[in-house]
Amino acid sequence: MTSEQKTPEDLRAFKVYAIKAGTVIDHIQVGRAMKIIDILKLASHKSTVTVGLNFPSSNLGRKDIIKVENRELSPEEANRVAIFAPNSTINIIRNFKVADKFKVKIPEIINKIIVCPNPTCITNNETMSSCFHVSHNGDINIIKLRCKYCEKIFIHDDIREYKS
Amino acid sequence: MSDLSTEEIKILEGLSKEEILAKLKSEAEEQHKSRKTFFGRDIISIHELSREGILHILKHSKGMKETPQPDLLQGYVMGSCFFEPSTRTRLSFETAMSRLGGKIIGFAEAGVTSAKKKETLYDSMKIIGQYVDVIAMRHPMEGAAQRAAEATDKPILNGGDGSNQHPTQTLLDLFTIQECQGKLDNLNIAMIGDLKYGRTVHSLAQALTNFNATLSFVAPESLQMPNYICDDLDKHGVKYTLYEKIADVVSSADILYMTRIQEERFPDKMEYEKIKNTYVLDSKMLISAKPNMRIMHPLPRVNEIATDVDHTPHAYYFEQAHNGLYVRQALLGLVLGKLT
Repeated sequence: MTSEQKTPEDLRAFKVYAIKAGTVIDHIQVGRAMKIIDILKLASHKSTVTVGLNFPSSNLGRKDIIKVENRELSPEEANRVAIFAPNSTINIIRNFKVADKFKVKIPEIINKIIVCPNPTCITNNETMSSCFHVSHNGDINIIKLRCKYCEKIFIHDDIREYKS
Repeated sequence: MSDLSTEEIKILEGLSKEEILAKLKSEAEEQHKSRKTFFGRDIISIHELSREGILHILKHSKGMKETPQPDLLQGYVMGSCFFEPSTRTRLSFETAMSRLGGKIIGFAEAGVTSAKKKETLYDSMKIIGQYVDVIAMRHPMEGAAQRAAEATDKPILNGGDGSNQHPTQTLLDLFTIQECQGKLDNLNIAMIGDLKYGRTVHSLAQALTNFNATLSFVAPESLQMPNYICDDLDKHGVKYTLYEKIADVVSSADILYMTRIQEERFPDKMEYEKIKNTYVLDSKMLISAKPNMRIMHPLPRVNEIATDVDHTPHAYYFEQAHNGLYVRQALLGLVLGKLT
């Protein structure tokens, strides 16, 4: 048996069971799933959240996947996902079926949720919301976040904290 | 949509709704940047000013220098809100207002304000905005001027927010370059010293993207111009070269823009000791300089320009500091609607 051939253990159904209702975030770039758990505050979600890391993917080679039971992500929440996983797909599941499926879209502006990594930014020293302008040079996997206030520019790996 | 030409409508028909909105937004931003009416406008960041806007401010700065207007702002009050110490910026803002006939209230350090009682900047500026017509401010936190602008509808003139922006310094630098060279376009400008942390050189380099400058950055490797500024210059097609010695740029430069290298920027003190005298300019180094070359410095200087340079025709840093007065007068007149 070659490494390309799938064993029964490789089949998705053995690893992650289907959910009755909720959201499946698929095609997440490897290593980004935990950031999405953070940004969507899924650790405190009341129902089951299943996280799969390093799944084989025909498009990405490897990918992460998140299944959130009993919660449908809003378009605004889906766009938050796009900051860290711009290629991901959102599947809304109702009664075990995909009721809606769409690609996430990188927002132009991100309000409130990201804590500015610059400790001397006014947003970290006053009770107020942060605001970032999002840009990329054609490659959506390398986005830049420019703080509206301190004007510093950050990439994914600079972002450490989030607010709900 | 009735104002659009047939050709414009055809272009828009080929775009998605999102693309049309993005196009309209981008056009609106360009119009905002290039508008010459500064009445009621905040001056927070040099990024918000277009070439036309900058030239408009410089034209009025020249007017202020040539023709004093002692009654222009009679009846107006400026809030001078300096949450951290400043000498030239605060005094030149206050002198500018005073010489235009206006009055000043304010403070020169945060310790005498309600900030000491943990009042937020937002609340402080909202209240001060109710007393005055315009606010000049400096604050140690980056983004403070933007936050203040959200708290009050009175114009905010940013006199420095942490290591972020100091747009009036950049405008006075541009005014000085224009004054001593007779033009702003197509000049060779060398920036020397601490280019990594110096906000004046960052803003000046970015402002010069509007004027087809050729830039030279002279600094030790650890204090060279940050990548994000170089990326911005690349995006605008600005030519720049990195150097390690002042001697490499003296003969070609129209402007030598000196900055101070601060010892505290070096985690390794041995490294500071090695380079501390490398970026010092003295009169002997100016032999090959072009006659029109002028030396600028945002001041204060420590030892990076020897005092024997002061007496050469190339020294222009004291005139530069003087020009801050006229640029700030022009800005006060513009944002208060007394200059158009």
